[in-house]
Amino acid sequence: MELATPLADAEVLRLRRDFPALNQQVHGRDLVYLDSGATSQKPVSVLDAERSFYEHENSAVHRGAHTLAANATELFENARATVARFVGARENEIVWTSNATEGLNLIAYGMSNASLGRGGADAARFVLTEGDEILTTEGEHHANLVPWQELAARTGATLRHIPVADDGTLRMDEAERLITGRTKLVTFTHVSNVTGVLNPVDDLVRMARAVGALVVLDACQSAPHRVLDLAALDVDFAVFSGHKMLAPTGIGVLYGRAELLDALPPFLTGGSMITTVTLEASGYLPAPQRFEAGTQKVSQAIALAAAVDYLSSVGMDRIERWESELGARLVGGFSAIPGVRVLGPGTGVHRAGLVSVDVDGVHAHDVGQFLDDRGIAVRVGHHCAQPLHRRFGVTASTRASAYLYNTTADVDAAIDALAGVRAFFGASS
Amino acid sequence: MSGDLAGLYQQVILDHSREKHGFGLAPTADASSHQLNPTCGDELTLQLHATDGVIGSVTWEGAGCSISMASASLLHDLAPGLTYDEARERIALFRELMQSRGAGVEDEDELLGDAIVLEGVSKYVARVKCAMLAWVALEADLAQLDAAH
Ligand SMILES: Cc1ncc(COP(=O)(O)O)c(C=O)c1O
Repeated sequence: MELATPLADAEVLRLRRDFPALNQQVHGRDLVYLDSGATSQKPVSVLDAERSFYEHENSAVHRGAHTLAANATELFENARATVARFVGARENEIVWTSNATEGLNLIAYGMSNASLGRGGADAARFVLTEGDEILTTEGEHHANLVPWQELAARTGATLRHIPVADDGTLRMDEAERLITGRTKLVTFTHVSNVTGVLNPVDDLVRMARAVGALVVLDACQSAPHRVLDLAALDVDFAVFSGHKMLAPTGIGVLYGRAELLDALPPFLTGGSMITTVTLEASGYLPAPQRFEAGTQKVSQAIALAAAVDYLSSVGMDRIERWESELGARLVGGFSAIPGVRVLGPGTGVHRAGLVSVDVDGVHAHDVGQFLDDRGIAVRVGHHCAQPLHRRFGVTASTRASAYLYNTTADVDAAIDALAGVRAFFGASS
Repeated sequence: MSGDLAGLYQQVILDHSREKHGFGLAPTADASSHQLNPTCGDELTLQLHATDGVIGSVTWEGAGCSISMASASLLHDLAPGLTYDEARERIALFRELMQSRGAGVEDEDELLGDAIVLEGVSKYVARVKCAMLAWVALEADLAQLDAAH
């Protein structure tokens, strides 16, 4: 097989012209956007896709027989097929949600409803009772923690977590101990949004399978950045958000293995997800429609497909390699600055293109403000991962996260700026 | 560095953020409140010590950015000798100053003392909460004293 040429600065600079928001100045400096882990910028093709839908096809999908409705439905379902291909899934395994958070809640509430007896015998595998355990990790985004806390509280199940080691990796010895016959669900992030660590999906899936537990993968920080084959990873459910992968806000994806989605009781109910409705009771459509109640996020789904097309045209393998290079450059540069501590793996460890740091004597907010003054956009705070920050003994950190439109010059600008922070705030040791 | 950043982080502010006047909680207080800024995790407990309706001192502990720490330190310097009503007036004025988006407010020098160095914060909407943290805590303390009467 012929290997595609790796991404390099020259090509990245050409790609960047596709992103209008990146072409602006902040405080008189060219914007250096290193906050794609929070949300990505959008290429013109994505903006055009959404606009074009409203200019030509706009109408209700799956309802009505007129031409516009038929065209809209076709675009909407084609979008589903595009996204399915992108992550190694079948079309009926892709459910539109508004974001990853909603996807995780959909699973949790589906299980909750199963535990109340909804869904009958088919839903038995989703039933949780006292004595059952849900297993998450210490390194999760709150979106993959709070819904499980609530589910445990509603069902009487116990929530446990796999601890995180000093280097940000999961304590797999503990995972081995914690995954038992009582474990009904194991849920974890593919890539940490704080440390950039890649969790060992294969090992966790193997352990979960051995005890018959379901596996949920939070793919928020992987789907936008690396080749993803959910069928090959053999997880039961996965979620991700469109806005982190060049698409608009308001669209996300829940993946579920077909047989599971068809057995899981619905979360939101109402129009468009039913078969026969009487005044007393209703029948539900198979997945994915049974989880898509109400008017759908049509233009956003179509725009997400355009985003996926954009990513695919660049090549996810090339994007993955480029970001791993940028990640290595970031971690190398940051960790060489006196008083700067990288949270998680240091240099020489394979990582995603994001790095969070604690700056000794300077609060993350002040770090972020200083960088912003140089036109550099980074994230400060706990990044919706308070337990993980507590694990590292800090309440907040500063995170730089790269994407396909970032150059080595962007990374160097961030390193250079960070090197000036402690002196500015008088924190020099 | 832009002029705005220099205005935000004036030397007085950086000094206060390190010196933290009034830092350290007393074993008892007439009122005490804990404030949290959930977006960034800044935390602050502020105690009020008063006699006959006049503030004797405020003491505090907390962790946060330089703006929130400096603001608490500056409040410590400002508060002693103020009646509750005067303190409330200062808090209202400081809030107005923070919401002025760089325009400032009348009588600020006279009533807010050194705390006017925080005026630059008002240009940074995202940081106003940091500057307000200690002042909101004092407001809550005063409300506690009112409720006790
Ligand atoms: C790892 C991870 N999980 C979940 C989320 C939640 O995504 P959203 O807010 O789009 O639902 C994020 C994004 O912040 C994330 O990084």
